[in-house]
Amino acid sequence: MSEIKNIRDQFIPKLKNDLSIDQINEIKTELFGKNGLISSKFKIIGSIPETDRKKFASDLNQIKDELQNLITSKISEIEGKKINERLEKEKVDITLPERPFVRGKVHPVSQTIDEISSIFSEIGFSVEEGPDVENEYNNFTALNTPDNHPARDMHDTFYLDENKEVLLRTHTSPVQIRTMLKDKPPFKIIAPGRTYRSDSDQTHAPMFHQVEGLHIDSNINMGHLKGCLNYFIKEFFEVEKIKMRFRPSHFPFTEPSAEVDIGYEIKDGKIIIGEGDKWLEILGCGMVHPNVLRNVKVDPSKYQGYAFGIGIDRLAMLKYGINDLRAFFDCDYRWLNHFGFDPLDVPSNYRGLSR
Amino acid sequence: MKITYDWLKDHLKVSAKEDKLLEKLTDIGLEVESIENLSEGLDLFKIAKIIKTEKHPNADRLKVCDVDVGNKEIKKVVCGAANARKGLLTVYAPPGAIIPKNKTKLVVAKIRDVTSYGMLCSESELNLSDESDGITELLSSKYAKNIGKSYFSKPSFNLIDLSITPNRPDCLGVRGIARDLSAAGFGNLKPEKNKKIKSNKKQTLKVKITKEKNQGCLSFGSCLITNVKNTESPQWLKDKLISIGQKPISAIVDITNYVMIDINRPLHAYDANKIDKGIIVRNSKSGEEFTALDNKNYKLDDGMCVISDNKGVLGLGGIIGGIRSGTELGTKNVLLESAYFDPRSIRKTAKKLNIDTDAKFRFERGIDQLSIEDGLNKAAFLIKEICGGEISKIDIQKIKSYKNKIIKFEPKTFEKITGFKISTKEMIIILEKLGFKLKKENKFFKLSVPSWRPDIVQEIDIVEELVRISGYEKIKIENPIKERSKNTLNPTQKLFHFLQRAVASKGYLEAITWSFTDSKYNDYFKEASKEIKIVNPISSELGVLRNSIYSNLVMYMSKNLDRGIKDLSIFEIGPIFYGSQPGEQNTVVCGLSAGKKSRLSWIEKERNIDVFDIKRDVIQTLVEAGYDIEKFYIDDESPNYYHPGKSGRIFLNKGKDKVAAYFGEIHPNIIKTLDIKTESLVGFEIFMDNLKLPKKPLKDQKTTYSVSDFQKSERDFAFIVDKKISVQDIVSVISNINKNLISNIKVFDVYEGDNIPENQKSVAISVTIQSLEKTLTDNDLEKTNNLIIETVENKTGAKIRS
Repeated sequence: MSEIKNIRDQFIPKLKNDLSIDQINEIKTELFGKNGLISSKFKIIGSIPETDRKKFASDLNQIKDELQNLITSKISEIEGKKINERLEKEKVDITLPERPFVRGKVHPVSQTIDEISSIFSEIGFSVEEGPDVENEYNNFTALNTPDNHPARDMHDTFYLDENKEVLLRTHTSPVQIRTMLKDKPPFKIIAPGRTYRSDSDQTHAPMFHQVEGLHIDSNINMGHLKGCLNYFIKEFFEVEKIKMRFRPSHFPFTEPSAEVDIGYEIKDGKIIIGEGDKWLEILGCGMVHPNVLRNVKVDPSKYQGYAFGIGIDRLAMLKYGINDLRAFFDCDYRWLNHFGFDPLDVPSNYRGLSR
Repeated sequence: MKITYDWLKDHLKVSAKEDKLLEKLTDIGLEVESIENLSEGLDLFKIAKIIKTEKHPNADRLKVCDVDVGNKEIKKVVCGAANARKGLLTVYAPPGAIIPKNKTKLVVAKIRDVTSYGMLCSESELNLSDESDGITELLSSKYAKNIGKSYFSKPSFNLIDLSITPNRPDCLGVRGIARDLSAAGFGNLKPEKNKKIKSNKKQTLKVKITKEKNQGCLSFGSCLITNVKNTESPQWLKDKLISIGQKPISAIVDITNYVMIDINRPLHAYDANKIDKGIIVRNSKSGEEFTALDNKNYKLDDGMCVISDNKGVLGLGGIIGGIRSGTELGTKNVLLESAYFDPRSIRKTAKKLNIDTDAKFRFERGIDQLSIEDGLNKAAFLIKEICGGEISKIDIQKIKSYKNKIIKFEPKTFEKITGFKISTKEMIIILEKLGFKLKKENKFFKLSVPSWRPDIVQEIDIVEELVRISGYEKIKIENPIKERSKNTLNPTQKLFHFLQRAVASKGYLEAITWSFTDSKYNDYFKEASKEIKIVNPISSELGVLRNSIYSNLVMYMSKNLDRGIKDLSIFEIGPIFYGSQPGEQNTVVCGLSAGKKSRLSWIEKERNIDVFDIKRDVIQTLVEAGYDIEKFYIDDESPNYYHPGKSGRIFLNKGKDKVAAYFGEIHPNIIKTLDIKTESLVGFEIFMDNLKLPKKPLKDQKTTYSVSDFQKSERDFAFIVDKKISVQDIVSVISNINKNLISNIKVFDVYEGDNIPENQKSVAISVTIQSLEKTLTDNDLEKTNNLIIETVENKTGAKIRS
């Protein structure tokens, strides 16, 4: 017993010295190698008299564990130290710039279209589309604007042929016609898209965006129209209260027709929507004219409803404080970068329209 | 339509303030576009007398005048008018005054070294007449006592500019506006006090409307006034016209204008002596010509409605009169015309000849057919009153009589459309005030529509009148119900949104550019497509519909590079056009990337952006959009605007679909010709309409899930192969050997040059071999190994590198 105790007493102080990994490994071999001091003791367990054997084995194991643990912890202590030394050397200036990244952006008009779609989705509208090139019938005649009607002067039209039969749509209203010809009532759609008129100045661009709305059912009246737009405008501008004014107007394809103004004021050079005593015209709407319904084979004595048309670019300008319409289409990277939206900013009902 | 409250009061008994009027006008659909105070600052214009003139020391044509401006003040004014002379009474404008004609503000100015304090004004500058030759001459007998007083006597009212919608011709007359206001409870319409002509004299000029197809004149009333003395209009008439921004000309012209504005009844005055025998209203013949009052010569087509005499065309009915028969100050005998022309005919002619006049504007919207006599009565009496003379009987020729339209109206329709109720009594009051005649028949009203309302033809028009006059604020808000029975977006629309945001998320700025473009740019990218011209483009640079988005995107990329940014990626998703018929368009996502990767980076090696960067963007986008990269097939055929050696096209499914996308470097010739200043320009086009929508929705795709936890082994191979064999082919050969065993095929080296025979290349590929069913033995692995080598060698002619 005392012999193995001696081993212990001899090696424990040794292991407490400042040792290198090699030195520890030497000690390890000396103790636990094939003929190591401890190993050889295990070999003689069999020769120990029966009465002492159990205790001997137990003591030996205990000392073995103790020494082994000491060696292991000593090794990990040294290794830890070494790693720390290495890591110290590896230290970088973490303030150096990260690897370069680029950020893409979604155009404010696209974002606004998604916002609009999200709002109307909630109250059951689905999205329809139509071609940019239209025939004269869908763009005008079917919409109760026959040739030689002065209302055609309100639209400066781009034509693709001398006979003026094919044109770039001047509004998204022809999508109403296409939708109603294609399906059966009820209809509840919005149709965002590109529209074209041949004027161009600070406030007009030859191409712009509109969203058309159409809701036809057996009992849709002007109260529903007012409710729908009131809801939309409040949601879109993300304000609690909105001042809205319906004003009688005239469009050939709706009757009665209205233009809608919203209240605003200018505070510190910025437009604040929903307050103040100034009025801003933002859309045109009305009850779909019975002639239009007849043109698309919908019986006006059974079905009625409303339609509206909103300038998307203008909505975007108002909401996001953009002054110049022309800049939308100028493709200046500084502008796109400033007014564009992160592609992860998908407007949605539960997350909200905007951050 | 410009009016003043003052003029309205000729027809409306009312005491409300002007701001109430403005509100009411807008409330009933007569939108107030602007309000202008014409009289503001006019009090500054003083009656003054020139007391001395001297020649300007430095200018032959200028004079330096001493002007008595009242209150014993003498001002030095430099003046260029020939009639500026000692003793002349004229109108003086001090510094600070704004000249009505050109709206310029006067300042103290040095004119050729002589300081001028203000200006002496011509009639034209004061908007009094067209007389611009010389300064205003005021009658000494009338004005001598008023030196120093304001020239413009009474302050005029605000000029109210209304935007009248095209369906309301009746409101192009002040009376029509007054009628609408009275119906809405704003004042009471005064009864008309029209005197009727009682004359025994015959209208001696014979008028004939020819009966022919498409005759544009349905009725022609006339009245001859003989022995008149055309003169300057009296002050009240001048004031009236000036108050709405019109210029007085001569009494006869002013009177016809006055009647037109007052009751929307266009008239035309002829010098009767200049008409050869009589008037014939007929269709023109091609080639006929005449000189109109705008001093332009017009060549006519067949079938335009003309007023003519024996000598030929006098004027275009309802559009513009001719010089030959125009009235002048010397006119002795006047023939007044008050006619009805068909709006379509008017519009067709005016459009063809590109003429826009006040009369045309009114006739094409529809004039009250029963106002012919009223107009003649009103104008004839005024002419007699102001110019003297004798009035003849009224002569009316017509080829069609007018009958009031009758509409059946059921009161409950109102609530059905508007969602709110008004009483039948209220309805009757409104409609009667608007001029309808009502007869009750059971549940219906039989309404006789007033002749001045061509816009009202059916029941819905009556609903509009009632709701407009009762007020849109009465419409109750019905809140929308939050429920959805149909998907908001269809799968194609979802794909559109997905592609848009997927590309943006790869560092591209989304642009929206015109659907039209410059044919010069378009030519580079249109390939075999047909050029689609816009007949009336806004400018020649925007003359064609784009056959490719590149035409715009390349141009704007170039502009941005010129702005000084060096590395930029932009994209657009939108239509391109392959024909000029509706629907001949495709939706394309087009991206363009310029410059370098990691420019001036302390950590990354600088390199030009290249075709494999753009390939990653387009492939990743397609994969994210839900397409299986395992099925993609790429070859090197691409349009000519790409670098022929560094571009390609992508199919989602080999042999089973149309081109999904092109990608590559833009052809160096294009970069050079268009002078695009960049190190590298690469782009892609994804053709959305060629992308077949996934058959299974995502929820169904997710349901099959199988992975293997058995040991996997990675093996590397290097093949020497003909340069023409594409790496894609080798990879596809390997992947087709056994899809259950072989996966994750990676190309980790491609090498040509030393140690490799000419026209050959070395391709190093790593594959993962793993079974779904068991742990593979060495033997299994070896078998697969050999199979790979054997198959690649057999199918591609490659040799394994030893």
